[in-house]
Amino acid sequence: MNKVRRRVLKLAGGAGAWTAAVAAGLLSGSHALAANRNEAALTAKRVQDVLKHLGASGMAESKDIVITAPDIAENGAVVPVAVTSKIPNTESIAIVAEKNPFPLAATFDIMPGTDAYISTRLKMGQTTDVRAIVKAGGKYFTAAKEVKVTVGGCG
Amino acid sequence: MAEPMKIRATLQGDVADVRILMMHPMETGQRKNSKGELIPAHFIKNVLVTHNGKTVLDAEWTQAIARNPFLGIRVKGAKVGDKIIVTWIDNKGDKRTDEVAVAAGS
Repeated sequence: MNKVRRRVLKLAGGAGAWTAAVAAGLLSGSHALAANRNEAALTAKRVQDVLKHLGASGMAESKDIVITAPDIAENGAVVPVAVTSKIPNTESIAIVAEKNPFPLAATFDIMPGTDAYISTRLKMGQTTDVRAIVKAGGKYFTAAKEVKVTVGGCG
Repeated sequence: MAEPMKIRATLQGDVADVRILMMHPMETGQRKNSKGELIPAHFIKNVLVTHNGKTVLDAEWTQAIARNPFLGIRVKGAKVGDKIIVTWIDNKGDKRTDEVAVAAGS
């Protein structure tokens, strides 16, 4: 009961922040589209739930997704991760650290005209697979790479 | 007010290599302070990148992005002098916008 309530409040708070940003004239109308943040997927605690909320349950393994990440990360607080998708019409890239408290780290909506390439730095609690989920032409593809973490970066 | 981002955009062929460094604590909400109290979560939720006014990237983040986040992207069809604008907003409603012109690569 309380959990549901908390989630509802959280969603309401998030929406409020965006409304404020739009009202402040910071973001034009088209940018306000970002308000449909996939809160359910981003706050899901299990990988299955993340996939469900992304709508990516039927995803296929793909060799056209390249994940660049260290084999061993000494410091889990800063793990450099880059994802390149060679799949045509890549629309979005999601990065999941499977054993993190909230597995979905980020989603990146790639607009036409941008390379399907993302480079960033994650926090990782423990050794786990880093999985990239690519949406291309309405279908989902995935690839994973294990990163061993010496000192966790979530606590 | 949030600290300015460091943005660099260099042209390689017709692709602008854009590197963004944001200054943000990216607090997870799972850490405790010395009194054992939870430090509330404070992280960047959304990042928007535009190239000459056209959106090229719209990202949704969580607390799993490392502190002082780095983001690297490649924007196709860019020319020297093109304007790259980056905006982020965090879960407390704080926001920051910075811009840079694409520079010629070496």
